[in-house]
Amino acid sequence: MNFELSEEQILIRQTVRDFAEREVKPLAQDLDEKGLFSIELTKKMGELGLFGMYLPEKYGGQGLDTLSYIIAVEELARIDGSQAATLAAHNSLGIGPLYYYGTEEQKMKYLPQLTTGNALWAFGLTEPDAGSDSRGTKTTGKLKDGTWEINGSKIFITNGASDIAVGVTTQVVSAVIDGKKQFSTIIVEKGTGGFSQVQMHGKMMWRASDTAELYFDNCVVPEENLLGKVGEGSKIMLSTLDNGRLSIAAMGLGLAQGALEMAVQYSKERKQFGKTINSFQAISFRIADMATKVELGRNLLYKACKLKDAHKDFGKQAAMAKLYCSEIAKEVADDAVQIHGGYGLMKDYPIERFYRDQRLLQIGEGTSEIQRLVIARKVINE
Amino acid sequence: MKALICIGHVPDTTSKIRFTDNDTKFDTTDIQYIIGPYEELGLTRLLDIKDAGTDLHITAINVGLKETEATLRKALAMGADEAVRIDIDPTDAFFVAKQIAEVFKNGEYDFIVTGKESIDYNGGQVDGMIAEFLNIPSVTGATKFDLLEGKAGFEREIDGGKEVVESVFPFVTSAGKDFAKEPRIPGMRGIMAARRKKLEVITPVEQNLKTEVSKHYLPAAKPACKMVSPDNVEELVRLLHEEAKII
Ligand SMILES: Cc1cc2nc3c(=O)[nH]c(=O)nc-3n(C[C@H](O)[C@H](O)[C@H](O)COP(=O)(O)OP(=O)(O)OC[C@H]3O[C@@H](n4cnc5c(N)ncnc54)[C@H](O)[C@@H]3O)c2cc1C
Repeated sequence: MNFELSEEQILIRQTVRDFAEREVKPLAQDLDEKGLFSIELTKKMGELGLFGMYLPEKYGGQGLDTLSYIIAVEELARIDGSQAATLAAHNSLGIGPLYYYGTEEQKMKYLPQLTTGNALWAFGLTEPDAGSDSRGTKTTGKLKDGTWEINGSKIFITNGASDIAVGVTTQVVSAVIDGKKQFSTIIVEKGTGGFSQVQMHGKMMWRASDTAELYFDNCVVPEENLLGKVGEGSKIMLSTLDNGRLSIAAMGLGLAQGALEMAVQYSKERKQFGKTINSFQAISFRIADMATKVELGRNLLYKACKLKDAHKDFGKQAAMAKLYCSEIAKEVADDAVQIHGGYGLMKDYPIERFYRDQRLLQIGEGTSEIQRLVIARKVINE
Repeated sequence: MKALICIGHVPDTTSKIRFTDNDTKFDTTDIQYIIGPYEELGLTRLLDIKDAGTDLHITAINVGLKETEATLRKALAMGADEAVRIDIDPTDAFFVAKQIAEVFKNGEYDFIVTGKESIDYNGGQVDGMIAEFLNIPSVTGATKFDLLEGKAGFEREIDGGKEVVESVFPFVTSAGKDFAKEPRIPGMRGIMAARRKKLEVITPVEQNLKTEVSKHYLPAAKPACKMVSPDNVEELVRLLHEEAKII
């Protein structure tokens, strides 16, 4: 497999790195501490062209490949998990299903505004009683007289409630046939009667990203707001998660890369017993292991991206990359804190935030256990 | 109006500097290259002027081998309209200035912007030499730049103050710090558009080498820090006098 990046991919990495260092880094700690979602930073990411990077130009995108997009997520996550979350969720979960399953009319209606950074779209699957088991969905959607009437609620929905959160693709139970639930996905726009968006507060991590509860109380939308076909809901949501796994993996990889760099830097500056601490083998070997994990994670993730770009089956590799990169993000951040000693536990050092931010990665978009389930099923049935 | 902006292909500022071939050549192993920071400010200012509505065609130019094309491509992604690469390893300032002056002569350009100095060899000579080859005015190290009616306006920092300068066309100016606020970051759209922009490769004109590097030295490593106890001022004074020899 060819691991050389193209001239363009190298330039994208450089560009997003410059942007993250210049625009995001100075604000990250403050936004995290105050738990504030930044509309301004989101707009700037839009101006840079980070939203809808992989969409064709006619929808406002740039027609870039998956790997370019993943590199952008990785570079943002190297500086700040929250902004990377806004970007990854909007691209993979917000734009993704509209682009892959929308009719031409739906695409033209929604996608152009969603590439600007002035409007974000959410993916509403998780419910209070339906997490890993997405078939536990209780929200109902009843089709009658040319409209869908939706009742229920969703929880933990990224990009769901800020002033620029303009809508959601949501899974509903559209019928129960012979005791079996039939799922469909429905588009609901902000401002629809009976639809309310409530920001969730008190997160341990991704504190500058927008997480919401969504309520549907006799919420009525036109019949044409159906995405895909009736009964295809679960397929649409789960295939969206296949793509989403790549971007969560990129967040793990970027976070681990950032933590590794901080640890290396700190180990060169901190002196104890008259020497910089990187001269102690216990520290330098730890760094060697951290760097090896990052390298492995990158190889696995980029391979999954290249498979997707070559239109090959990438589901297994995507689950592996999500599992591995999110797990090493935990290990590498933990090692980096250890190398920082007591300072690593203080908010003055960004590693403290990285240590918290990594924790979502083994839970969101399919927990590590669910990834293992997916991988095992594929391996055993191969 | 047509501008020529010289784009230096220089090592990233965080690069580890090493030499090879008996310390006569720069070791390029593992080096990442960037657009020279002053040239980046120069290009940014030209793009700002263009965005404000001035009809300005910007050509990025570099004297260098194939590997510098990635750097030129970044200039195109930032917004330059086209690029020219003069296909030869740049040896000294005189040589580079000669090549650029030739392109200027053949292209009906109105002015040239360079960086105040490249951040690799810090020569700071190319702009002045181009001006001499072309017999046109040169304003070095400008900190402000505007296109006015039939002329251009500049500011330069001088000892203890500022100098306000105007020049007729054509001219050469070199961009100093503050030439633009901060370098422009190319957007994804720019990166995609750069793919389709023209990057012309031209053959160099003959020019004998005038200078040659015989050796490079790295700065001596900083000696370890010596701690003097706060109640031993006498010792501190003795060390400053006898060892550091600064008092
Ligand atoms: C910040 C944040 C953002 C999120 N954004 C979104 C979003 O945009 N859209 C969205 O729809 N959802 C979103 N989620 C929800 C997220 O996807 C779920 O939290 C996740 O899928 C896990 O579901 P759960 O929390 O209900 O945990 P549960 O499913 O209740 O899991 C609890 C534990 O049981 C384990 N477990 C469950 N089933 C099995 C099994 N079969 N075998 C072994 N172990 C099992 C799990 O691995 C886990 O350890 C977000 C969550 C957070 C925290």
